[in-house]
Amino acid sequence: MAMVEVHDVHKFYGDLHVLKGVSLHVERGQVCTILGPSGSGKSTLLRCVNVLEEIQSGSITVDGTLMGYAKDDHGRLHELRPRQLAAQRSRIGMVFQRFNLFPHMSALGNVMAAPVRVAGRPKEEAKEQAMELLERVGLADRAHHFPAQLSGGQQQRVAIARALAMEPDLMLFDEPTSALDPELVGEVLAVMQDLAASGMTMMVVTHEMGFAREVSDVAVFMDEGVIVESGSPAELFDNPQQDRTREFLQKVLSHTE
Amino acid sequence: MTWLSLNWPHVIDLARAHLLLSVPAILLSVVIAVPVGRLAYRHPRVGGPLLGAASLLYAIPALPLLIVIPALLGTPLRSATTMIVALTVYGVALLVRTAADAFTAVDDHTRGAAVAVGHSPLAVFWQVDLPLAFPVLLSGVRVVTVSTIGLVTIGALIGVSSLGTLLTDGFQRSIPAEVTTGVIATVLLALLLDGLLLLTGRVAAPWTRAARPARGTAVTA
Repeated sequence: MAMVEVHDVHKFYGDLHVLKGVSLHVERGQVCTILGPSGSGKSTLLRCVNVLEEIQSGSITVDGTLMGYAKDDHGRLHELRPRQLAAQRSRIGMVFQRFNLFPHMSALGNVMAAPVRVAGRPKEEAKEQAMELLERVGLADRAHHFPAQLSGGQQQRVAIARALAMEPDLMLFDEPTSALDPELVGEVLAVMQDLAASGMTMMVVTHEMGFAREVSDVAVFMDEGVIVESGSPAELFDNPQQDRTREFLQKVLSHTE
Repeated sequence: MTWLSLNWPHVIDLARAHLLLSVPAILLSVVIAVPVGRLAYRHPRVGGPLLGAASLLYAIPALPLLIVIPALLGTPLRSATTMIVALTVYGVALLVRTAADAFTAVDDHTRGAAVAVGHSPLAVFWQVDLPLAFPVLLSGVRVVTVSTIGLVTIGALIGVSSLGTLLTDGFQRSIPAEVTTGVIATVLLALLLDGLLLLTGRVAAPWTRAARPARGTAVTA
């Protein structure tokens, strides 16, 4: 069974049709990168997967669980209550473009927050696990710093540790390096690469073509709310079938070089 | 100074009475204004008129209010209860808009991150909204505190004892030292409570003082 199954998803913001029948599946342990120009709907798709955005039609399942809805005895779909939704989301880690750390908590507090408040784990146990995670992202020595005392790259690594603290089945990355100074991008990508190597299923919206090419198993190109083309990174980068993909890659790669 | 050295136990008693009127009114203002401000933030359609109406309460002159409250609530005119209710009305009027602004100022992206890691709406309120709104709320509470300490003196006009009693008594008996003592003691009390609140803020929200490190120092992990 696929870890993520997105089926014919449509999403509107008012009259604006943002996702126009998107279907996609990501196998367990795969890294799927989603590429595309601004406004193509890639971040929206990611936010729909953990129901930060509602979809208007179609379905999304994660590890076999229908996201955002439940079927009643008569087979009718009902929206989940906020608590049930929160429980679904806690199985999915998300990393945001602008880190979105809790500014009033230390790095350690940020990583411990969900295990203690959402999963109800004992504080000592959560602290031990949080320290291990901070160690894993190379920030054990910054555990007691507030986000404002950390660089962008460090904040993003804390955000990754925070997302991992709930031991998620799936990690979503929404342009995790876009807000970083160029010299800080590498440290975040290295942590993501380690995570991919450990077998984590990941969906990554990114403009980092090197990462997409080297680390992902599947690369997806989106434009104007549809998936234009998808395949292995080798296929997509070296032999794109669609003009729009070719055009986008030419622009981005020439810019990167 | 001679007057004060002869009357300081009386001044201390009045300062205590002053605090016993102000502190409950300040606490009640917070307990009422924060949920109203939160409601106004969550439901702007109701919130706009609600904030407007609440802020207008401050325009009610103090003396008529002190007479209307006993008529409405049946409390004795010269009572601490009447005074506390009146002070609470002014406190709420001052604090509601700040409370609504405090919740509006919380970054939606931070809320989104809390939702994404599985916090329920109630947990988002306690873990994210309230702590992040706290510094702005506290600044509003400081304004209410200083204003309430000042307003308590008006109670002396209807016979409710406080440091204001030194003002009315001093004027009536032409004792400038008593009036001066009343003014200075009221200001000192206001400064003392304001200082305590400032200290509370520093202890409870250390992250507001977390400065950005010099560029380059933070890059090395």
